[in-house]
Amino acid sequence: MTIITAIILIILPVLLVLPFVNVQWKGIITMAAVSIVAILSSIIAAQALAGENYEYLFKGSLVTGIIPIRIDALSGWFILIINFTVITGAVYGLQYMKAYSAQKTSLGLHCICFVLLQSSLLSICCIQNSMAFLIAWEIMALSSFILVIFEHHKKETLRAGINFLIQSHICIMFLTLGFLWVAMRMNAYDFKAIQLFSANNSLLTGVALFICFFIGFAIKAGFVPFHTWLPYAHPAAPSHVSGIMSGVIIKIGIYGILRMLLLIRCDYGLIGYLILLISIISGVYGVMLAILQHNLKRLLAYHSIENIGIIGIGIGLGCIGIGKANYILTVLGFAGALLHTLNHSLFKSLLFYGAGNVYQSTHTMDIEKLGGLGKRMPHTSLLFLIAALAICGLPPFNGFVSEFLIYNSLFTGLNGSDKTLLSFIVLGLFGLSLIGGLAMLCFTKAFGSVFLGQPRYNFHYELEEAGLGKLIPMYAIVMLIMAIGLFPKTFISVLSRPLALFTGRIVFSTQASTLPAMEAIPAIGLYALIFLLLTGLIYFARKRITLGKHMDIDATWNCGYIAPTAKMQYTASSFTRAYRKLAEPLFSISKKKKEIKGIFPTTGGQVTHPYDKAEAWLIDYPINFLKKFFNGFTFLQNGNLQFYILYGVVFISLVLVIPFVFEYLTSLINFLNTL
Amino acid sequence: MLSFLLIVLASLFFTGIIIRTKSITSGRKGPGIFQPMKDVIRLFKKGAVYSKTTSIIFQVAPSIYFASIIMAICIIPFGQYKGFISFEGDFVFFAYVLGAGKFFSIISALDTGSSFEGMGASREALFSMFAEPAFFILMGSLALLTGHTSFHEIFASLHFGSYISYILGVLATFVFVMIALVENSRMPFDDPNTHLELTMVHEVMILDNSGFDLGMILYGSYLKFAMYGAIIANLFIGIAPLYLAIPIFICTQFLFAITIGLLESFTARFRMNHNAQYILALSSVSLLIFLGVLLMLGQLN
Repeated sequence: MTIITAIILIILPVLLVLPFVNVQWKGIITMAAVSIVAILSSIIAAQALAGENYEYLFKGSLVTGIIPIRIDALSGWFILIINFTVITGAVYGLQYMKAYSAQKTSLGLHCICFVLLQSSLLSICCIQNSMAFLIAWEIMALSSFILVIFEHHKKETLRAGINFLIQSHICIMFLTLGFLWVAMRMNAYDFKAIQLFSANNSLLTGVALFICFFIGFAIKAGFVPFHTWLPYAHPAAPSHVSGIMSGVIIKIGIYGILRMLLLIRCDYGLIGYLILLISIISGVYGVMLAILQHNLKRLLAYHSIENIGIIGIGIGLGCIGIGKANYILTVLGFAGALLHTLNHSLFKSLLFYGAGNVYQSTHTMDIEKLGGLGKRMPHTSLLFLIAALAICGLPPFNGFVSEFLIYNSLFTGLNGSDKTLLSFIVLGLFGLSLIGGLAMLCFTKAFGSVFLGQPRYNFHYELEEAGLGKLIPMYAIVMLIMAIGLFPKTFISVLSRPLALFTGRIVFSTQASTLPAMEAIPAIGLYALIFLLLTGLIYFARKRITLGKHMDIDATWNCGYIAPTAKMQYTASSFTRAYRKLAEPLFSISKKKKEIKGIFPTTGGQVTHPYDKAEAWLIDYPINFLKKFFNGFTFLQNGNLQFYILYGVVFISLVLVIPFVFEYLTSLINFLNTL
Repeated sequence: MLSFLLIVLASLFFTGIIIRTKSITSGRKGPGIFQPMKDVIRLFKKGAVYSKTTSIIFQVAPSIYFASIIMAICIIPFGQYKGFISFEGDFVFFAYVLGAGKFFSIISALDTGSSFEGMGASREALFSMFAEPAFFILMGSLALLTGHTSFHEIFASLHFGSYISYILGVLATFVFVMIALVENSRMPFDDPNTHLELTMVHEVMILDNSGFDLGMILYGSYLKFAMYGAIIANLFIGIAPLYLAIPIFICTQFLFAITIGLLESFTARFRMNHNAQYILALSSVSLLIFLGVLLMLGQLN
């Protein structure tokens, strides 16, 4: 209780003071407030993870009823994830926003929304009253909207922001629908009512209720086909906000799904298959589109969809495990999902911060214009490389640990003798391995064309490495990435309590005494370390052997041609050309080509624009249809004042006349009845 | 331990046998079977030329590539004898460690800023990516068949009983041979002897490597070959005692090398733009194995 009071006592004055202080102080106050709140809330979260659940009942109001604050292990895990990313985001943002210090009012709003975003995210994790939950959700949606549209003078940013705002509210609509359904039946807003409601109703009702919530949370999380806002909002936002969005805001959707799984009693097997299918599609679809992108941040945004897919595969397998009362499958599935949630929040925020460094140095995000940044920005390039390796799931980094768990849960599922399950498992194996391969193609492209080779474009300003203020939070993330990669067991043992919540849902538990894959976890860390050492050893040996040897620096081999230019380098588009040719039938890629013709050729060129087919069908077609439909009514809006007054008169008279006519008719009918 | 030594031993003459087979079939005298190793040793002694475009990545990448292959070899068991590394799900580690090495070899090609090396890198990334599902579905089927999830336990408990199992063995061998060919960039996916940069895959990626680094890359690919040969041999060794297992191992390696030599002598390289589809089709062979396993377990009634 004291801690929550302290948090509220910090946030409120900060919000009031922020608009009135100096620009320099705004950032520092924000960072300080965010850090203190993060530390305080982490204390409760850590206690919850250690087994001390926290519960406090706010009196609330007449409308909401009692507002319970409950922090269990699941909330604790997510609170810790949120806090870490938000702190690194705040420290990074402090330096990042210095470039915009002239925009004083915008910065004030930005800082306020940043503090609000953190507190709303934290409250979503612990509030268990549907009304208050929706309010917190709305605050989160609005504050992240304002954070996204920081560069609101750009048309695209505003478009992306509004797209995000509308889709956030569709998400809220589904959530409201679900909560209202329960509230109408149970007459209570407490989450326990949801539990009670699903326990008293049939499994199918539970499934329907869960799907309602799932769609709502899936929009936030970015599962295909609800992902269309994501590739617009991420690139539009300032980099530290993109990092936080991709790192934690979309994860709050995952939190919602997991929370509902704990509350709603339903047919877990069915739900599991559904989530697994959607996740595999999300994963493969996300990465397939990511490869085609030319904008670095957009590419990263599509990768978030892919990683949400990987997390979803874990959740789906875990659910199937609950449905089949398979203890090992449940543990491995949810452990993979929860750990990947943390892992993705780390490397994806690192990637976005790296992209932010590139953006502030070069002022462009177009991959085709970048190149050779590795020599100008050695720190950023190293950090980006580590994050890229981690996101591809390669050892010795953290991404491998969670993907290993998910692979293992897939192989555990093979032990069952269920044909449906087996076919889903094969699909999952196919999907997950394809995702791994495609992610490698994508990140070799991204890293190779941005940081390696020669600069492709002559910028008229000096490219500079990012300052220490930006690099320190990034190195902090790398430390954690390495720690998880090398000592995975520590982090997985922290997960034991959140996992116990899920295994507790198994009705007839056939608890295995040992988890074979869990014994492999320390092995991964050890061998990852050995891999690192071996690499070091070989590199050292190579250094020693080649020490006295003759070494030359010369031009790159170009088939004997000695005057190559930077424009002759293999570009990112050509790097993915072979893939694009294969994927073309699946996506609508608009291509404009200008051939070089004639004796004295002028300029030639080719431009490709990948477009998301799911977006075309699900968003563009319905919107165009609605536009056409409503265009039929444009005659009403003819700009004539007289007409508008007429509408008013008609409206008022209708309002007056209709009750009168209704009254008259009823009395007439009554009269006729008496006859 | 044993498998590691045997693989290193096999790697010494493996590529030599391929080259020897090719020279015999084409009626040439050809070099001796240790010539590739002599080349590598000569390269180890040489100095190097580096492109001025390259960064530290280019210097580190060959070491990482080589280390990844050594790590992968450590996982390979030998019949009933474990490799250095063995745990549940070790083949996931196997695939991803090799992936880490490949990641670096691809970006080191991009590091040169060449107009050709990116081409090879792009192809290598694409081809090996499509080979991955085939590997995982195959390992999944073997895991389903044996009920184990590590290389050692799978191979130790794999035994051939019925007709279906022989067919499965043949199909699995086919898939592993194909994966080995893709991973090592050999015919029919890539012609290592091509003279034109535009039609190369792996060779064009390492155009700028020289001296010690090139030696490591070349020897790495010999090791990789022997490693896949060892996996194929493991399919047949089972729990055979050593005096049987070692001859089986050596025979398999020989046969594998000769097969590759014959393939390279008598087939033409596939059209580059159809390679990817072909490799993806390997997954369907793996699926066939999966169905076969289901049939064996009596799940398809």
